[in-house]
Amino acid sequence: METMLQVADLRVAYGARTVLHGVDLTVAAGELVGLVGPNGCGKTTLLRAVTRLIPWHAGRVVIGGAPVERLSRRDLARRVAVVPQSPALPSGYTALDIAVMGRTPRLSFLQQEGADDYRIARDALARVDALALADRPVDELSGGERQRVVLARALAQQAPLILLDEPVANLDIGHQISVFLLLRELARDERLAVLVTIHELVLASLYCDRVALMAGGAILADGPPAGVLTAAHIARAYGTKVLVLDAPGLPAPVVVPYGGP
Amino acid sequence: MTVKEAMTGDRPADAPAHWSMPSANVAAYPVAAALLILSILLGVIVGPAGIAPQDVVRVLLHHLLGADVGAPALADTIVWQIRLPRVIMAALVGCTLAYSGAAYQGVFRNPLADPFLLGVAAGAGLAATIVIVGPVPASWGPVSLITIASFGGALAAVFLTYGIARSGGRAPMTTLILAGVAVSSLATSATSYLLLAHQRDTIAILSWLLGGFNNSGWHQLWFIVPYTLPAAAVIFLHGRVLNVMQLDEHQAEQLGVNVERTRLVVLVAASLAAAAAVSVAGIVGFVGLIVPHLVRMAVGPDYRRLLPLSALLGASFMILADLGARTAISPGELPVGVVTACMGAPFFLYLLRRQRKAYF
Repeated sequence: METMLQVADLRVAYGARTVLHGVDLTVAAGELVGLVGPNGCGKTTLLRAVTRLIPWHAGRVVIGGAPVERLSRRDLARRVAVVPQSPALPSGYTALDIAVMGRTPRLSFLQQEGADDYRIARDALARVDALALADRPVDELSGGERQRVVLARALAQQAPLILLDEPVANLDIGHQISVFLLLRELARDERLAVLVTIHELVLASLYCDRVALMAGGAILADGPPAGVLTAAHIARAYGTKVLVLDAPGLPAPVVVPYGGP
Repeated sequence: MTVKEAMTGDRPADAPAHWSMPSANVAAYPVAAALLILSILLGVIVGPAGIAPQDVVRVLLHHLLGADVGAPALADTIVWQIRLPRVIMAALVGCTLAYSGAAYQGVFRNPLADPFLLGVAAGAGLAATIVIVGPVPASWGPVSLITIASFGGALAAVFLTYGIARSGGRAPMTTLILAGVAVSSLATSATSYLLLAHQRDTIAILSWLLGGFNNSGWHQLWFIVPYTLPAAAVIFLHGRVLNVMQLDEHQAEQLGVNVERTRLVVLVAASLAAAAAVSVAGIVGFVGLIVPHLVRMAVGPDYRRLLPLSALLGASFMILADLGARTAISPGELPVGVVTACMGAPFFLYLLRRQRKAYF
């Protein structure tokens, strides 16, 4: 499998506080990888470092064969699309305006969006069940609707690697499932490399091909969900007791947040 | 919608009017252009000399089309040498202040940014004063050292204001305005000191600072056109990127925009434009705030429409403000900055109050 994202021994510090202590992670084309871990373990920092929003001190980040530091902002945006966690959207712009902004890295400085770009943006909105919102100003949308519009913007970027930071945090269960079905479809059918941070360990077990469990700025375990999301690993990472159930009909055992009576 | 529809632009019958391309509100351009022509006509027709409107039209026809329509010589002098240059200068200054205001708002992601609230005008005034009292000649052929110095002063002020107010890639409303006030006060104090210390230059400095259009002549176009044209070109070309920059800094960068470089280029262009406007018209506040705001209310926030429409409307606005300045207390004249402040200050307070929830 072709490796799209390769992170090797990545170290990041904010001032004197080290946030990432040598993270190793790969995501291949066609793979949906879940990044899980307790609050403040460094998941968002890792995503930001990968897209060069924050500097790192040591280690390597390679995207599609090119070291990230050698790519221009534009080339980087052609390779990686990012769905940030509850991003701010400017008022007065419609959902379609926001979605078509995903075409930015594909346009030269003087170029304006053409019919093709609008078609791609509308297709992207349709894939996240938001086409009906196309002409609504984003300030009128709910948190979940805005989240989906930003996901559509990332799809319109047509990058081979997509990073998502808590994409279902504001969504109801129906849209949580449809977003994960979409992510799986993107990975399996369109051979995209998808890395998603997520708090819902159940969704991570059921939909991700692979799960990386982070704790304290390092990867604690990395592999198929059943091997990573064990009671022992979760006790180490989160410092809590949970129940891991293996029910018939489920593709993998699921973590139930039940620490006992 | 099918691919064919998208490719050919055929619109499904039930699609909303602005479903595909940013073609919405195209009617805004003819309306703004008509308003500008009307303002220019009004500006050349109204005046204390009492020239009949048909004579004004004759003068314009004579000069623009070469038609020999028998315009009286006195009317010719007054309309072509006095009123029209004044109207054109007002239009250029209004247009420049309006689009530069919109550009500042776009860069700072703050709809209340304005060249004057940011300290740009005060910085330009201080730099111009330093040149006037200094030992160097004020101009060098057609190149005005005062304009160049005021550009430097404007740029220094805006970067100082922004540097103080900036936190996390964003300049919050309150801090931006407070920093602008601080920078303005500092520059104004220094200017006042120079005024007192160099009393032989007081008249030159004051007439520069107060500005206005009462001495406008065709030659003054040299003081603004060479600056505002390239600045406008640079800023208008950034319309689409400014839209993307309305997202936060991180999102814009993740979409491939070089945020720091874009910010720098647009700020330099906007400050060049604003400094040129200040150097011919003096301190004329609030145009860069009111006009883009009215345009935003009419056609939405898209900078590709906002910038050119602000320029058009700003030109009309300033012609009419200047008309007010020279007719309100006729035969005397108010400084045009007084007229714009009378309209702008209440408007600014209204905006501040209305948006308090969002910004404080």
